Amino acid sequence: MVEMRMRDALREALREELLRDERVFLLGEDIGLYGGSYTVTKGLLDEFGAKRVIDTPIAESGIVGAGIGAAMAGMRPMVELMTINFSFLAMDQIVNNAAKLHYMSNGQINIPLVIRMASGGGSQLAATHSHSLEGMYAHFPGLRIVCPSNPADGKGLLKRAFRDDNTVIFIEHTANYSLKGEVPDDEDYLVEFGKATVVREGTDVTLIGYSGSVHQATRAATMLAEQEDVDAEVIDLRTLRPLDMDTVIASVKKTNRAVVVEDDWKFGGFGGELSAQIMEQAFDWLDAPVARVSGKDVPMPYNRNLEFAALPSEEDVVDAVLSMF
Amino acid sequence: MPRRKSKVADGTNPPALTDDVLRDIFERMVRIRSFEEEAGKLMESGRIPGALHLYVGEEAVAAGVMVHLTDDDQITSTHRGHGHLVAKGGDLGRMYAELFGKAGGYCKGKGGSMHISDVEKGMLGANGIVGAGPPIAIGAAFSNKYRGTGNVTVCFFGDGASNEGTFHEAANMAALYGLPVIFLCENNGFGEYTRQDRHQAIRDVADRAAGYGMPGVVVDGMDAVAVYETAGEAIARARRGEGPTLVEAKTYRYFDHVGVRGMGVVYRDDSEVLEWRKRDPIDLLGSRLEELGVMTREQMDTLQERVLFEVREAIAFAEASPDPTPDQLLEDVYTVTAGAR
Repeated sequence: MVEMRMRDALREALREELLRDERVFLLGEDIGLYGGSYTVTKGLLDEFGAKRVIDTPIAESGIVGAGIGAAMAGMRPMVELMTINFSFLAMDQIVNNAAKLHYMSNGQINIPLVIRMASGGGSQLAATHSHSLEGMYAHFPGLRIVCPSNPADGKGLLKRAFRDDNTVIFIEHTANYSLKGEVPDDEDYLVEFGKATVVREGTDVTLIGYSGSVHQATRAATMLAEQEDVDAEVIDLRTLRPLDMDTVIASVKKTNRAVVVEDDWKFGGFGGELSAQIMEQAFDWLDAPVARVSGKDVPMPYNRNLEFAALPSEEDVVDAVLSMF
Repeated sequence: MPRRKSKVADGTNPPALTDDVLRDIFERMVRIRSFEEEAGKLMESGRIPGALHLYVGEEAVAAGVMVHLTDDDQITSTHRGHGHLVAKGGDLGRMYAELFGKAGGYCKGKGGSMHISDVEKGMLGANGIVGAGPPIAIGAAFSNKYRGTGNVTVCFFGDGASNEGTFHEAANMAALYGLPVIFLCENNGFGEYTRQDRHQAIRDVADRAAGYGMPGVVVDGMDAVAVYETAGEAIARARRGEGPTLVEAKTYRYFDHVGVRGMGVVYRDDSEVLEWRKRDPIDLLGSRLEELGVMTREQMDTLQERVLFEVREAIAFAEASPDPTPDQLLEDVYTVTAGAR
């Protein structure tokens, strides 16, 4: 094990995959010479050359489509889209091609493409640069949605993404890039998709998060234990598609209460999907309606205080839990 | 993943226009025409559902290009894509079965007319989204360049698609990276129901090539030999590693955007249709073959009968094919990945 930050763990994953498989190459805006907007790809151009680490024009639809075409032709490309907000420009390629062509071609076409996107607010970049859109992507059958919360998972899930024959939307919360953690240095270290983890065991309520929101949930669990004598269990989903409902349902049947924590908007969001599935599968075990702690229903404001108010906090999670007793 | 050794057609210069090549082009055109006319009848009689975008009138383009390609050269197609796959050697029975929505179709009835693909033949898909193909084509071309296969990718698109941002993005990157791709614009004069002069201020889409730093060439898309020669030069150039070319073939859609009717419509005069039909691509090439003594009229008639028989066999296959069963509904949403490899 080696302690490293999320951005370094992700870089390690990319580096190991580039070394492992000649078919892997990276496409993106400023990923080469500049090293990536969040420095995830720093140094890879020097090590692997311009044939495999390719600076592209700012042309999201073009580069995602190029990744799709190369993947169809047998390559294992990765496309970095700087932020998830810019992926709207590539929406047609992602939704109409990457997500659907395997099905529409009777399984003839595989698109093993990894699309990395930074996500989340908190940096005062306002509404075109700060959203969390994983719920929207999770809506589409045919895509895998991966949302790591810590460096070890970041590395293991990203390496696993390159082994998948489907398109993987790999979402990196900007607040997690500097997060430190112990990371296995084994080059065969992979984290399987569809396996949630119990980050903290507890008996009174289940807090469900992913990506950035796992950390609000964990901090809320500490506050609940120290201040309110409530023993919360925290689950990190890790991937939204495939979704590990077994772990969620087993926990809810033990605690009888569930709170979903997400940065994304509540209205029509992924938390609503989780609540519905919990209700469908564990209604008789619930002592209270499933609660959702989500981003506020507004475009992300620029002002520091407003942005803080728009994002879910650990205090919001604590309040939601207390209202269930 | 082990890959087959790629085949490259005849080195890096266009193959000579032999009598065999002329007959090959002619046969491909006749096969497209016959496939499309019969498909149109089936649609009119209500036996084929959905929307058919027929290729009739544009046959010289697909045939003149495809005769240069092997199965290891890729194409990306459009919503008007039947002609491309027929010319690339697609299985007519599986194509018709797909139009019928049957389990024996290329896509097991899940794609339909606008989404037929044949990966084995290097046909990366017709596409129901105008302008979706160019980015995919440059990705495939990138793969060819990366592996050094010598193969090329031909990106078919229309005058309408040339206004989409995706074309601009892909053309820019293709020239920037020197990719082995040919942007083959089938300018049939209309983006759906809108005449070219009402959807762009230029007359020649090929002019746009200058903006990307690649050659742009206009060719008579009704003249299969002209298409053959121009596309051949662009393809040979791409195989030599000299980068992309924009080829604009001026052609004409006899029928409507969707379906068969092409006369008595608000967006064009019947006289215009008749004028274009005077230069029918199959008639033009047929006369030439006769003059050159490559084929007699009798041989052409025999060929047309043989192709029509083949088409009817294909339709019979498609009609006999079963519908997909409900248990197939959820199949193939995801590729089955055997975990870590």
